[in-house]
Amino acid sequence: MSGKYKERVTVVYQNRIAEGIYSIWLQTIRIASEAVPGQFVSVYSNDASRLLPRPISICEINRNSGMIRLVYRVVGKGTEEFSGLCAGDSLDILGPLGNGFPIREKKALLIGGGIGIPPMLELAKQLPGEKTVVAGYRDETFLMEDFSPYADVFAATEDGSTGTKGTVIDAISENRLTADVIYACGPTPMLRAVKAYAAELGAECWISMEERMACGIGACLACVCQSRDVDEHSHVHNKRICKDGPVFPAEEVEL
Amino acid sequence: MNTSVNLAGVELKNPVMTCSGTFGSGMEYGEMIDLNRLGAVVTKGVANVPWPGNPTPRVAEVYGGMLNAIGLQNPGIDVFCERDIPYLKQYDTKIIVNVCGRTVEDYCEVVERLGEEAVSMLEINISCPNVKHGGIAFGQDPKAAEHITSEVKKYAKQPVIVKLSPNVTDIAEMAKAVEAGGADVVSLINTITGMKIDIHKRTFGTAIKTGGMSGPAVKPVALRMVYQAANAVKVPVIGMGGIATAEDALEFILAGASAVAVGTANFYNPYATVEIIEGIESYMKQYHVEDIRELIGAVK
Repeated sequence: MSGKYKERVTVVYQNRIAEGIYSIWLQTIRIASEAVPGQFVSVYSNDASRLLPRPISICEINRNSGMIRLVYRVVGKGTEEFSGLCAGDSLDILGPLGNGFPIREKKALLIGGGIGIPPMLELAKQLPGEKTVVAGYRDETFLMEDFSPYADVFAATEDGSTGTKGTVIDAISENRLTADVIYACGPTPMLRAVKAYAAELGAECWISMEERMACGIGACLACVCQSRDVDEHSHVHNKRICKDGPVFPAEEVEL
Repeated sequence: MNTSVNLAGVELKNPVMTCSGTFGSGMEYGEMIDLNRLGAVVTKGVANVPWPGNPTPRVAEVYGGMLNAIGLQNPGIDVFCERDIPYLKQYDTKIIVNVCGRTVEDYCEVVERLGEEAVSMLEINISCPNVKHGGIAFGQDPKAAEHITSEVKKYAKQPVIVKLSPNVTDIAEMAKAVEAGGADVVSLINTITGMKIDIHKRTFGTAIKTGGMSGPAVKPVALRMVYQAANAVKVPVIGMGGIATAEDALEFILAGASAVAVGTANFYNPYATVEIIEGIESYMKQYHVEDIRELIGAVK
């Protein structure tokens, strides 16, 4: 069982990588040494009027330099505050949280939609087998060049400005991509489509879920999703995204 | 220096406990803090059968606080007795089980079942604002509150704490009502019913439209109510509502609370309870307070 730590960490570098999308590197030796792809951290505001953590997926882990990278979208006042942080500033984070993606050594398809793309980067780095990334965007792309050393990357954009015009599923069909294992993170309609596609293909499929959280460690029961199986905690059908997830077998969750 | 307090014959090593619903049964926090440090762990509400709780979103942030509408999701008393009580028994801390139900009979069933368990006290939740049946329905009418308290007392083998709702006109009247029903201890406040609207999505912040507000923003309301309740009843009072620091906890103790509970603060600071215990000890040293009981209700 890996440890989790709440600590005050220092911003090493932050830059804007697309409209409203920011990339931040944080110095955190302990979290960097324990984190695995698909885990997340709770990021806390420096403004005491904003209590709750913003759960943000880990995009990259650099164990040697003791750093993690988060790529996030500005969606409200909390993330707007984070976007203003500069090198040398500090903030509180708790992590690493959640279970992470299981590493499989077979032909893999990594599917990310929007702000669900970032956790696929560390996964792409660590998966040992043949792998292909499909990234879905509204219009402006980001992180595509970051993936290229590790995997082939196909893009789908709603406006057709890059790659396939349409959804990630359209990009998969157009490029005739297949896989034995699928990993996905993104908006619910995308996850639903990926789940159906994986079932059709007969491929193993892991999806990463998102929900508003309070504790981030499985105590408060805020971030549940409907599960097929009875959950271990309450013996109903509510798995905790923060603790039992955020990564689930696709057939396990009702979308 | 003595930090121990006595609640209806139960001796706590210090006055700091957890608020029901914010700490599970301690398992998740036990990975991060030493539960042996706590005066008591108050568990999340448990009913006679498993409850699935409410749809999501179940939480929303508000200025200086949060709304929750979990809906008392819990595994039911069977799993609780098999798993949660044995876990907590490993630690040198008192176990207080929060009990919820839809009917008086539900509460009594759980209370009776807990009679054989290694539990120090029971906390009767008549103040959850997020469930349609039970919960707050018993906590807003003095007669109903007195009645359920006296019924539960018939079955209880451990001292009974009744947890009060702040969503009432006269908190002193409610405290007196449960005292008349036989409550051994009164705890307050549960959350204040609130609402949040997302103007961009034009939706409510929580799926059930309302939620219970907690966090530092509610502390002045909670402190006022704890003061009023402590002055209205003879039984001990446990104070809670927005406690995040030792200073907050000391305010409640000086207002008349014999013990305090830490809730929402655990969510953003898992170490809050331990830091508060250490802070109270520092305060006692600083002001040469030999016994924490000198501080209880010291501000009149």
